[in-house]
Amino acid sequence: MARTNSRPLSPHLTIWKWGPAMAVSIMHRVTGNGLATAGALGLVWWLMAAAAGPEAYATFVACATSPIGYLVMAGLSWFFFQHLCSGLRHFVLDMGAGYELKNNRLWSVLTFVFSTILTIAFWAAICTGKF
Amino acid sequence: MGNGTGIGRVRGLGSARHGAHHWLAQRYTAVGNLLLVSWLLFSLIALPGLDYESVVHWIANPLVAVPLMLMIVSIFWHLRMGMQVMLEDYVHDKGLAFLSMLLLNFYAFGGAAAGVFAIAKIAFIGIVKA
Repeated sequence: MARTNSRPLSPHLTIWKWGPAMAVSIMHRVTGNGLATAGALGLVWWLMAAAAGPEAYATFVACATSPIGYLVMAGLSWFFFQHLCSGLRHFVLDMGAGYELKNNRLWSVLTFVFSTILTIAFWAAICTGKF
Repeated sequence: MGNGTGIGRVRGLGSARHGAHHWLAQRYTAVGNLLLVSWLLFSLIALPGLDYESVVHWIANPLVAVPLMLMIVSIFWHLRMGMQVMLEDYVHDKGLAFLSMLLLNFYAFGGAAAGVFAIAKIAFIGIVKA
């Protein structure tokens, strides 16, 4: 890359002062890439297991409902809802709205609040219906 | 990239009215993901169970299989572009950047093909006896 060393690089975590807007931005990238790797592979595994037959599906269920499996699924579900809320924030920012400092800070924090509420609601709905 | 017309000089350099395509497609697929993955999560909650027979029976319905296939395409298209932006930011070596794009394309197209194939197999064959 033709870059001069004095210019700042894109998300430069080590020199920027942390704040809600920066946290939501880097978390958008972290959650997106987490979903793109572990999330997408898990989804295709689930579909492939269901297509292969009862034995392959039983293997998938055994892994998914192990303690590590639940941890991964809980993490991915929060990643999904955080990426969703952060993505909706991006749509608003794309329209040129929401850049006032107070507003920007408020909605950055609220993406984390909403994603956490949605994650809890999702698992509550799954648990009350399935067990 | 000749010295001739103005469009010839800028074509392939991210201008010539192609610059916004990646950005827009990222948004289009984001809307697709928003609708389709939300639908999947609501469906998982509404299903009577998440056991083999319940899941296969549900996916075998054409009104489920088709949106699921669209969801797979939307997801892998979206992640293909999102991961590209991430790799462009962090992989500075030209050779490694080329390799990472190659592997990313293999992953995105391979994953999407596997997902669509699995859904199609369930839709056409249904329950497989153990």
